[in-house]
Amino acid sequence: MAEAPDLLQPLHLLQAKGLRVTLGGTEVLSGVDFAIHAGEIVTVLGPNGSGKSTLMRALLGMIPAEGAIRRAPGLRVGYVPQRLAIDGSLPITARRFLSLPVRVADAEAEAALARVGMAGMGDRPLSGLSGGQLQRVMLARALLGRPQLLVLDEPTSGLDQPGEAGFYRLIEEVRGQTGAAVLMVSHDLHVVMAASDRVICLNRHICCEGTPRVVSAAPEYRALFGLGTQGALALYQHRHDHSHDGHDHGHAHAAETPGALGEAGHHDHGHRHGALKEGTGHA
Amino acid sequence: MPDFLLRAGLAGFGLVLATGPLGSFVLWRRMAYFGDATAHASILGVALALALGLPVGLGTLAVALVMAVTVAGLSARGWAVDTTLGVLAHGALAIGLVAISFVKGVHVSLEAYLFGDILAVTTQDLAAVWGGSLAVLALVAWRWQALVLTTLDPDLARASGLNPDRERLWLTLALAVVIAVAIKLVGALLIAALLIIPAATARALSRSPEQMAALASGIGALAVVAGLTLSLQADTPAGPSIAAMAAALFALAALRRR
Repeated sequence: MAEAPDLLQPLHLLQAKGLRVTLGGTEVLSGVDFAIHAGEIVTVLGPNGSGKSTLMRALLGMIPAEGAIRRAPGLRVGYVPQRLAIDGSLPITARRFLSLPVRVADAEAEAALARVGMAGMGDRPLSGLSGGQLQRVMLARALLGRPQLLVLDEPTSGLDQPGEAGFYRLIEEVRGQTGAAVLMVSHDLHVVMAASDRVICLNRHICCEGTPRVVSAAPEYRALFGLGTQGALALYQHRHDHSHDGHDHGHAHAAETPGALGEAGHHDHGHRHGALKEGTGHA
Repeated sequence: MPDFLLRAGLAGFGLVLATGPLGSFVLWRRMAYFGDATAHASILGVALALALGLPVGLGTLAVALVMAVTVAGLSARGWAVDTTLGVLAHGALAIGLVAISFVKGVHVSLEAYLFGDILAVTTQDLAAVWGGSLAVLALVAWRWQALVLTTLDPDLARASGLNPDRERLWLTLALAVVIAVAIKLVGALLIAALLIIPAATARALSRSPEQMAALASGIGALAVVAGLTLSLQADTPAGPSIAAMAAALFALAALRRR
């Protein structure tokens, strides 16, 4: 790769400049400048089809992209995908999964499982785990590679809200203990607010960027999610307006008290959100 | 035990060594129709080999490879896989059957290639089967970790620095080799049965990918023994008898599980 002196920043683990991705002739991302430094938690936020996953995949070199991408030499990346398509035809336990593709010792595997709150669950078949358990096992597997950078693509899209909050707490803990930088994708600023140092608002290009508080007040962010000027109330509506069967009390309450996470009455939103996403997908 | 039966048994054991692990991947990756189509197309390879005076195994291997790579290439370009497979497989099978009828001066029993003739296996065939099977087994063992991870999730494999397309190519290659050596034993129409049925039987009894692959080979060996016994006792065609016994074992396992 050609040297790009203006990109040389020793503290940055991963950098991109002028990133452009076209998929099937359509421009999905353009003019994206990105950088993440050691120990930082960065969240990429955007509506469905905004190119969030595409950005992750381009940064990790999974899909071809134009522009400059620079990784710190020898960068160790741990990747946790949105979901694992397990169909049950492949019998595999959590323990065996941790040994892919690099075999790890039993003690190390057990320690990784304990780290994510899954102690003693190694014997469980992957297909028998709940969405939250599976995400934790995938995180454990990523951690076994001693990553300097953890990349999580909508890690909580299959989780209920308490599970979601718990997972982000775990991510923060992991960052605190290992010092790994975290790059993750989310469709919801609220749930990642507490756990993010910096938020990037994406809609095929970077709309706005900054601390969660700054972004949540930014007009670009509000326009992107069609929030108007109603403030925090509207912030919640975009995630709850499609699942109102018998849980209205929960939504109204949450909308009034943004701090109250993981209450009863929210338990089925994550799934519905996931189901809705199937239809729209990424361009 | 008559020599021909010993050779048949040994050939069968050699084959299931490869079909166990490979059949497991066929199941995990939903390649059943792909394997079937490649096997059907190999009849065209038989015709070409006979016409050109080349060894039949070489013709089937070449056509199976071309078929496998073509399908992989076309589906990567966004062609509907089942349509592509349907057209190529049955087109190649039909053209192969027509072409064989043109081959003059060679007495060809079509049935031998459609259903195989494991009882007519020569020592040379035996060497080819074991050679091909062991090569496939070695390849799969070498790529095992990468193949399992790629099968589970291609993106996880990419993030670990693996290339899922390359891993798929290894499997495609292995499949072509197995089909080429198996056509003489169980025929183009029943190779898929030997790939899929033992692996499907093993699934219910396994907790790990390794266990399933090994068990599939074991169940395949059992089907070979039972099928050859049936063939000997009841004078039934050997290849179909082996496939029928594999299906019977599957039914038995399914019933036991309930």
